[in-house]
Amino acid sequence: MFAKVIGRRLILSAFILLAVSLLVFGATLLLPGDPARAILGQQATPERIAALNEQLGLNQPAWQRYFSWLGGLFVGDFGTSTASGGPVSELIGERIGASFVLMLLAGVISVPLGIAIGVWSALHRGRRRDQATTMVSLILASMPEFVIGIGLIALFATSVFQFLPAVTLAPPGEPVWNLPLQLVLPTLTLVLVVTPYIVRMMRATMIEVLDSGYVEMARLKGVPEQRVIMRHALPHALGPVAQVVAIQLAWLAGGVVVVEFLFRYPGLGQALIDAVTYRDVQVVQAISMLVAAVYVVVNLAADVVGILTNPKLRSAA
Amino acid sequence: MTKHTATDTAAGGPGAVPAMEEGLALASAEVPKESQTTYRPFFKRVLAQKQGRIGLTITVVVLAFAIFGPLLLPWATGNTATEFVAKPFSEYGIFGSDNLGRDVLSRFLAGGLTLFVYALLATVLGMVLGTIIGMIAAYTGGVLDSIIMRLNDVILAIPQLVFALLAITVLGPQGWVLVTVIGITHAPRIARVARSATLGVITEDYILAAEMYAVPRWKIIVRELLPNITGPLSVEAGLRLTYSIGYIASLSFLGLGLQPPAADWGLMINENRIALSVQPWGVLLPVFAIAVLTIGTNLLADSFARAVASTSVENT
Repeated sequence: MFAKVIGRRLILSAFILLAVSLLVFGATLLLPGDPARAILGQQATPERIAALNEQLGLNQPAWQRYFSWLGGLFVGDFGTSTASGGPVSELIGERIGASFVLMLLAGVISVPLGIAIGVWSALHRGRRRDQATTMVSLILASMPEFVIGIGLIALFATSVFQFLPAVTLAPPGEPVWNLPLQLVLPTLTLVLVVTPYIVRMMRATMIEVLDSGYVEMARLKGVPEQRVIMRHALPHALGPVAQVVAIQLAWLAGGVVVVEFLFRYPGLGQALIDAVTYRDVQVVQAISMLVAAVYVVVNLAADVVGILTNPKLRSAA
Repeated sequence: MTKHTATDTAAGGPGAVPAMEEGLALASAEVPKESQTTYRPFFKRVLAQKQGRIGLTITVVVLAFAIFGPLLLPWATGNTATEFVAKPFSEYGIFGSDNLGRDVLSRFLAGGLTLFVYALLATVLGMVLGTIIGMIAAYTGGVLDSIIMRLNDVILAIPQLVFALLAITVLGPQGWVLVTVIGITHAPRIARVARSATLGVITEDYILAAEMYAVPRWKIIVRELLPNITGPLSVEAGLRLTYSIGYIASLSFLGLGLQPPAADWGLMINENRIALSVQPWGVLLPVFAIAVLTIGTNLLADSFARAVASTSVENT
């Protein structure tokens, strides 16, 4: 029964990614000027520009270029970088590991932390510590990530204390995980951005569940409080939180951009900013598609988890 | 609000986001319901809360700096030194000078207005587009509704900042590009809220009555539906303003928003951060201002949400 539902979601996800690719590719058609001239410079002869256009396939009609670009995506060919002249896949291959490490660290820390703080806050509802948690998470959730990051740099790396590196200074080719100290501030920034949303959602659903009839019933029949929370309340409160966790994990794919720039962290986000600055369209397209793919896959995963754990949804759909 | 989320999650496809998205999570149990007989206007319910008053106050204070700042530049924006000077209260200005020797305080006072105006315009654009799209989707229903919501999912699949970067790559870092792209990417997120709020009132008797009188559809949307979903929309507006400020400041910080020599808080942080340890003021003043402004607008959005939740008795 629910294999069919999941199948439908899969098809929809594929459709969304296809539409995103149209959007990402279509945007470049608005680009004024031609890439061949941008690569060769203003003094290039018309013959050389024509030759390069031929080489890059730019003299084909747009739809033909779209399909060859799309076909390339499936086999890991993301085109040629106009800024460096090398293949985009090489650049992505070099950078993706560093970004992945950062996102993984941030996710692994903030999800359990957010759930724990949210539950703790809900159990102390209305008390001082709950109000303080709510206020702090609201404040952290308001600020853009670079503001939090600079606050941390001022606090731990420059003005107040000076025991953490303010920027990542990895020698080229050195994997970032060999320098754990330099990972601390970027990770902490992302954790401080992501956790508050999870805390707020967890707290809200937990409070709702704690007020429900079945929790009251469990308490009335004498189930120990700890068991009421762990077995009766928590599993039900986690459902809606899974959605928020998915959104936050997907957000990380875009949110690392500013954080990587701030800490000069050698990941995809930094590469994206460089590419935008030099108007290196192929690189921007490739990274946008990657980020969108992460978003769609993470959301699909959250939906599948939701369908599998929610019997009501399972039968209704 | 929590009710909408549950139904939205169930009805949405992949990439579907609950209506409150990155958002305001209020447990319905903790907001006191007002009795149906005492009606208090919305702004009074907002100001009755502590965070409503604090949010409004600090937003207004920062805005006063941003709006009137350019009028009271103490040392003009001219150079007072030739490089970073960190001596506070010296001949180089109260907060010293920046990377090009310009007075930090003057740059700070001049740098908030564009950020706020851009953020406000982007929010207004997003609200108008999103509300229209969401209401039409909900009121028309059927195939059009599904098509609109699937198209929304496509835009939602790209994070707003990445979308903005894509647009800037193609069109260049200009003001109208920033405003338009942030506004357009807000729209599907706002449309979700407008749609679920509209679905909540669409079955009311007064809508049926209006339909029976053969009132034109656009009139029903404008006169009957819109006034009844202003609550959730106001919450959305507050949230989106907070995010708009964040995105536009972030883009300027990345060097992809306002271009030098413009005085702008985000750009100031970018220009001065290399000297954070010797001359912190050029970074800390704008960072502090952006932080306080976003906290203020978000506190306001949160108090809007509580004010709306406290009247849901009347609406149902």
